[in-house]
Amino acid sequence: MLLIHCPYCDETLPEPEFAYAGEAHIARPADPMALSDEEWRDFLFIRSNPRGNHFERWRHVNGCGRFFNAVRDTVSDKFAMTYRAGEPRPNLDALKEAAE
Amino acid sequence: MTHYSAFSLLKNALSGHKNWREHWPDAQPKAEYDVVIVGAGGHGLGAAYYLAKEHGITNVAVIDKGWLGGGNTGRNTTIIRSNYLYDESARLYDHALDLWEDLSQDLNYNVMYSKRGVLMLAHNVHDVQSFQRHIHSNRLNGVDNRWLSAAEAKAFCPPLNIAPDARYPVVGAALQKRAGTARHDAVAWGYARGAAARGVDIIQNCPVIAIRRGPDGAVIGVDTAKGFIKAKKVAVSAAGNTSVVMQSAGLRMPLESYPLQALVSEPIKPIFPCVVMSNTVHAYISQSDKGELVIGSGTDQYVSYSQRGGLPLIEHTVAAICEVFPIFSRMRMLRKWGGIVDVTPDRSPILGKMPVKGLYVNCGWGTGGFKATPGAAHLLAWTVARDEPHPINAPFTLERFTTGRLIDEAAAAAVAH
Repeated sequence: MLLIHCPYCDETLPEPEFAYAGEAHIARPADPMALSDEEWRDFLFIRSNPRGNHFERWRHVNGCGRFFNAVRDTVSDKFAMTYRAGEPRPNLDALKEAAE
Repeated sequence: MTHYSAFSLLKNALSGHKNWREHWPDAQPKAEYDVVIVGAGGHGLGAAYYLAKEHGITNVAVIDKGWLGGGNTGRNTTIIRSNYLYDESARLYDHALDLWEDLSQDLNYNVMYSKRGVLMLAHNVHDVQSFQRHIHSNRLNGVDNRWLSAAEAKAFCPPLNIAPDARYPVVGAALQKRAGTARHDAVAWGYARGAAARGVDIIQNCPVIAIRRGPDGAVIGVDTAKGFIKAKKVAVSAAGNTSVVMQSAGLRMPLESYPLQALVSEPIKPIFPCVVMSNTVHAYISQSDKGELVIGSGTDQYVSYSQRGGLPLIEHTVAAICEVFPIFSRMRMLRKWGGIVDVTPDRSPILGKMPVKGLYVNCGWGTGGFKATPGAAHLLAWTVARDEPHPINAPFTLERFTTGRLIDEAAAAAVAH
């Protein structure tokens, strides 16, 4: 079972407390009318689906109810970090260096 | 290749079963092939088989990063059905069902296709209306599916509890009698044997690192752990790893990979005659010929390549089975496992040509790829051989995510697609 750290509650809790909410940092287009069909496709349907670090959204549904972002390795399922919604995408190389 | 028959069985019995020959030879890659297929599951091996048998293209390699049939082909719950809502899907899955009928004879290999029937339980008014809509749609498409009252469902599947005071009462069911199960490993082995006998090379334990493209953008081959292999046509049939392989050719796919788990109980005497699915309580169950109850439900909620999945989902699945079949509440479960399924936004597969010359894909089968194995293989072979899609797979393009012409089985879905 995943153990997930909620950055708002500042607690590490089991997976059933949380709901997965898809890839993170996909911004809704600022001017939807200006988008081509290809750009709509990319926004709606294309996902990075990486084998490795994945930026994703979770929601603490059975806790504070808030959305936050996480970085998780999709091969080991281990979380590198979680951070609050609205914060910029973390630089993973810097993170790794800091850990070392 | 030895032809299998009652006579060959008898002959080998007399010599103590010591003289059986290997099913197929292990191959090392040649420098060049006409077609390279990435992924040696049922779909990829089947495509090689049909390329050789129906299109005369035998200079083919099927390459896999592991052993053949070790991915989702060996990890599914072996259910076969074709009662899909939309015209395009009904044609696609019924095409596969037609091929399942004669597959054992065609391959000279017993795939143990068993038409034991798939029963979908209706527990409430919404289920009844939704299933009857499916049944009407299926009948218009010539797909076998019919409505059973609760008593008829009980007669078809005696372990069913149709008491009106049950926690989830059974008010009726949709039955596809032609649906059922097959022996999943035998499907991969049968296709591998049939393809190898016609000259196809099956190369195992050889990860494809990248698809290489020439200066004009067309495919020129694949880089593998055993070196570069030249090929003008590359067909990717790599299930959960399709996004990663396609990325190397510069294509981003509308796919996400999720773990799909299943589990089996200890073996027991025959008690369960068919496949039962409950969309509302959310699980499905059948009994294998070995006697194990085979149980599954939906995918885990998060993207992953771990081939494991989490225990909360197993708890949810087993809880649903215990609600519908309280008699199984004290069964012991022996094993659980996960496979990585590639899911498209509309839950329909992508099967056809790619915008890159010489590149073909068969992916996005999500949680329901096994039932489609012969159909997907047959249509992929057709598409690769003729460089144009068969009319059945023509609607299942990658371009539908640009045009918006989706085949939205997601909205019409059962538990397991």
